[in-house]
Amino acid sequence: MSRRHQISATVNGDPVEFLAEPGTTLLNALRDELGLTGSKEGCGSGDCGACSVTLDGRLVCSCLVLAVEAEGRRIATIEGMAENGVLHPLQQKFLEHAALQCGFCTPGLLVAAKALLETNPNPTETEARYWLAGNLCRCTGYDKIIRAVMDAAADMRQEKAA
Amino acid sequence: MSAVDYVAPTSAEAAAKALAAAGSGGRALSGGTDLLVQLGSGRVKPTLIVDLKNIPGQIGIREAAGGFVIGASTSGAAIGEHKALAKAWPGVVEATNLIGSTQVQGRASMAGNLCNASPAADSVPALVAARAVCVVVGPNGSRTVPVEAVATAPGKTSLAGGEFISEIRLPARPARSGDAYLRLIPRTEMDIAVVGAGVNLTLDADGVITDARVALGAVAPTVLVVEAAAAAIVGSKLDDAALERLDAAARAACKPISDKRGTTDYRTKIAGVLARRAAGIAYQRAGGAA
Amino acid sequence: MSDVLDRPAEASFKVVGTRPVRPDGADKVTGKAAYGADLMLPGQLTGLILRSPHPHARIVSIDTKRARALPGVKAVVTAADFPNLASEEVAGGEAAANLRDISLNCLARDVVLYDGHAVAAVAATTASIAATALDLIEVRYEVLPHVIDVEAAMAGDAPVLHADMITKGVTPAPAKASNIAQRIDMKRGDLAAGFAEADVVVERRYETAAVHQGYIEPHACVASVSADGQCHVWASSQGHFNVRTLCAKILGLEISDIRVTPAEIGGGFGGKTTVYLEPVALALSRQCGAPVRMVMTRDEVFRASGPTSAAVVEVKMGAKRDGSIVAAQLVLKYQAGAFPGSPVHPGLMTALACYNIPNFDMVGYDVVTNTPKTAAYRAPGAPIAAFAVESAVSELAEKLGVDPIDLRLKNAVHDGDLAAYGPTFKNIGFVETLEAIRDHPHSKAPLGPNQGRGVSAGFWFNIGGESTASVQINDDGSAVVATGNPDIGGSRASMAMMAAEVLGLPIEKVRPIVADTASIGYSMLTGGSRTTFATGMAVTQAAQKIVADLKRRAAQLWEIGVDDVQWADARAVSVNGEFTLAELAAKSGETGGPLGAQVSLNAQGAGPGFGVHLCDVEVDPETGHVTVLRYTAAQDVGRAIHPAYVEGQVQGGAVQGIGWALNEEYIFNREGKMDNPGFLDYRVPVASDLPMIDAILVEVPNPRHPFGAKGVGEVGIVPPLGAVANAVSAAIAVRMTSLPLSPPKIRAAIDGR
Repeated sequence: MSRRHQISATVNGDPVEFLAEPGTTLLNALRDELGLTGSKEGCGSGDCGACSVTLDGRLVCSCLVLAVEAEGRRIATIEGMAENGVLHPLQQKFLEHAALQCGFCTPGLLVAAKALLETNPNPTETEARYWLAGNLCRCTGYDKIIRAVMDAAADMRQEKAA
Repeated sequence: MSAVDYVAPTSAEAAAKALAAAGSGGRALSGGTDLLVQLGSGRVKPTLIVDLKNIPGQIGIREAAGGFVIGASTSGAAIGEHKALAKAWPGVVEATNLIGSTQVQGRASMAGNLCNASPAADSVPALVAARAVCVVVGPNGSRTVPVEAVATAPGKTSLAGGEFISEIRLPARPARSGDAYLRLIPRTEMDIAVVGAGVNLTLDADGVITDARVALGAVAPTVLVVEAAAAAIVGSKLDDAALERLDAAARAACKPISDKRGTTDYRTKIAGVLARRAAGIAYQRAGGAA
Repeated sequence: MSDVLDRPAEASFKVVGTRPVRPDGADKVTGKAAYGADLMLPGQLTGLILRSPHPHARIVSIDTKRARALPGVKAVVTAADFPNLASEEVAGGEAAANLRDISLNCLARDVVLYDGHAVAAVAATTASIAATALDLIEVRYEVLPHVIDVEAAMAGDAPVLHADMITKGVTPAPAKASNIAQRIDMKRGDLAAGFAEADVVVERRYETAAVHQGYIEPHACVASVSADGQCHVWASSQGHFNVRTLCAKILGLEISDIRVTPAEIGGGFGGKTTVYLEPVALALSRQCGAPVRMVMTRDEVFRASGPTSAAVVEVKMGAKRDGSIVAAQLVLKYQAGAFPGSPVHPGLMTALACYNIPNFDMVGYDVVTNTPKTAAYRAPGAPIAAFAVESAVSELAEKLGVDPIDLRLKNAVHDGDLAAYGPTFKNIGFVETLEAIRDHPHSKAPLGPNQGRGVSAGFWFNIGGESTASVQINDDGSAVVATGNPDIGGSRASMAMMAAEVLGLPIEKVRPIVADTASIGYSMLTGGSRTTFATGMAVTQAAQKIVADLKRRAAQLWEIGVDDVQWADARAVSVNGEFTLAELAAKSGETGGPLGAQVSLNAQGAGPGFGVHLCDVEVDPETGHVTVLRYTAAQDVGRAIHPAYVEGQVQGGAVQGIGWALNEEYIFNREGKMDNPGFLDYRVPVASDLPMIDAILVEVPNPRHPFGAKGVGEVGIVPPLGAVANAVSAAIAVRMTSLPLSPPKIRAAIDGR
């Protein structure tokens, strides 16, 4: 077995340190070393998006990033989305629109949707669907998810204008 | 997981040295969207992963000599955000941006896509049609290689021990040029291409095609440059007869297999369809009339 | 057990029918909710399973010595560590299950029956040590010929999976073993006479591939056995009582020695109504005394947890010129996987349930194959049969030159009609659901070139069954509702809403929890579309008991007769004044003790559900690629307790059906191994594949439920296969009979026109 590397990174704004075997994924490090189990493993191969986080602001699958690649980087997970216990508008809209049933895909979807609205605050329905195509949901059929995202986008644009 | 080690060198020389020393157990890492899947499934069992992303020049896009130099480890997302590149080479950019999901785009690189050497790699037909070249760096210095000479067979490249790609260069673009890439997948996203077609055209002032390059993906062990398809449309304004010749030439050149993604017969037919449609889009982008 | 007769007045519902934020929502949108793989106990080990690389082989020997000797390995088990059970049927989910088969499926004994069949398991201090240990287990196999295709498995020369399998339901019983576990038939009237009357007959063969439930969360559990033999399991399961029973029987334990806590569950759709990992994890933990976590990889989920059947359905149907369907003949051949138990029987029972057909003859075959043992998948068996029947009905409509919805209306079942599967229908809403689609703007939307429209109906029984609910009132007048049903689609909210409605409390004051097997009375699993109906009934009755108790206590305090006390708006009211619920709760000590009630029941009177879906597609004629343009799904839901979550069930079922129709399939190679055990090539619908799904909730209340609810979870997946196939067939003017309708098949159909 390989020597573990000591990794220093920033997760949800906080400095963290952890040990990682070179062959371990960032997803496993987040869940097993840092106890951040909000990011989920649905497939382990980058096909479902349940493990979505942002890495230096860029939306990625954490199962496709080695834990050792996190050295010096800024990571944002679902756990950092609400600030001081106040839900992000996307989180609130997901609840209001019943955009989750089992909730397993929800963390990844919220992280992905947040990245969408930071890149494109006024997406069309089609743009939202294509951006989120990498986040599989088996329960909802996506209808309420898209409605929640579009509604949150509208709210966030209004707030910004205000 | 495996007993693999990881280094992140900050110079091309150090990376080449590390890769060479690891021999067949060494793997270069850019975006990791292919390597980590293979690592996780046990399909590859490297002893050393060499992360290229900290080497200066591996990431970034700059204009040079009228063309573009793209750091080999640049993510698809960054490529998609580069306005000048997207304006000059919309086909190359859209092809690269079709690889995987938004999350995969956040990491996946052109060079990784190329060196993974899947016959269905999305960025490759467009790069080949564009006459892109790679700068290959190794223990013995660097060399320039046309993109179509990199993959030699599914999963195999012409790169020697210790070599990796540092840049992909796109040439200067004559006026009235346009390119396009289309692929056929069963869903709307997330699938590996069943067939891919990249077409690159240059027109004269009257809208007649003076130069064409047609490359097909997923219909042979490596990307096919179909000279006959290009010849079929050079000298034309992409009228119906030219399109039919193009379709036929594309189909004739295919050597596809039947697998879980498509049959031989289907892939052949679709190659013709996509070549036609991609040519139409490239023609419009080059300023030809609809 | 008597039904609820005391029904709240519908006109004035304050909570039922509204759309409050679900009570477990905050934890689910912040990543706090704990699913099976999220639990971390002190000293927890990782358990991994060694799986057969052969689709069919005799196990000659298993040598685990070297694995046991590896430092860090704490336990190794094989089937030798399980009792050798006799064949025994137990109630499980919606159908009976064979205990021996479930046990053998968890760990193979003597023979492996599919690629991926579990053979041994290890528990180690780290995942990498466990993985290394698996490599050190030496298994010698004698490879046997395998069979995958259902008709190939039925053929006389097929390799036989079980030497003792004599087809049930055939008289005289066959002399030789075969792969046909059972033959079932259902008949009515005189088939020949029926077809003689028919003016138009359609006859086709339909094929479907095996598809997986596709839950995003892989199976996961943690098992911990203490030194005194007490077992605790945390499992992502649709039914933790079922997990308890099955583990007890498979391991030879007392039920009272096992406690199962339900983790949050990341989707089930029927696929998590059985056990795969739990007995193995318990056996490992028992061997070493440490907790063991086991989580399947996605590859394992596909290769070793039950998909539903691949099938062949032959249908012949005849109608008179006036549109009445007079005869139907069906043959259903369903793939069961390695052990018997395909859903061919519910397939038969539901196939013709939507229509009054006086003469029919249906035969079904349950056929074992060298593929993973099938598990329930949302309305098990029904979508496959509906695909064939609804295609035939639409084809009859074409031949007769009548509108396909009108033809269905002409033949639709009404109250008082005898269902094809036996009972007499009461309080059904099929006609209303058809009319909702007929009258929806979608049915009039203009269609362009290469576009087609398809309609399809579907039926599911829905069940009642055993549930327990406990409602407790806190000192401050708030309430806790505890049930034993894992929440897979938002049912916690509905339970709280029904209790709130009865008590008169605002929803925020009613907290629902899902209790473990030691903390609540027995409940059948969350499946069969039963939770809102049966568990809701128990919740309602418990709340009503509390209301009766509150009135009695108020009467006692006022020293008046209980008949002089009313209950309204969470208050006891009489000529003497009012007591709020909070005030009575505060006085509970002096009026008899803590305020609470528990109800256990076996709910009867579940109302069946009907769905009608309308689908528009556009087909690219050169590539065969299908785009779904519009999709409308109407369903009779009885009463929507929480309409948003009911809509969610309809939409989710519709999209699973769309995936089944267009792109999902198990692909096996020549070696009998699954070629596409991942989400890359097992193609479930992604967000960009779909339009909005317009869900229409038709409410024809079920008077046997206090609020009129009918089960809603399963009906939604029954119509889409037919709706999509009918739409594609219309778009390309070729009848499509083989699912999935992947682009190569469509292009080939167009080329063959």
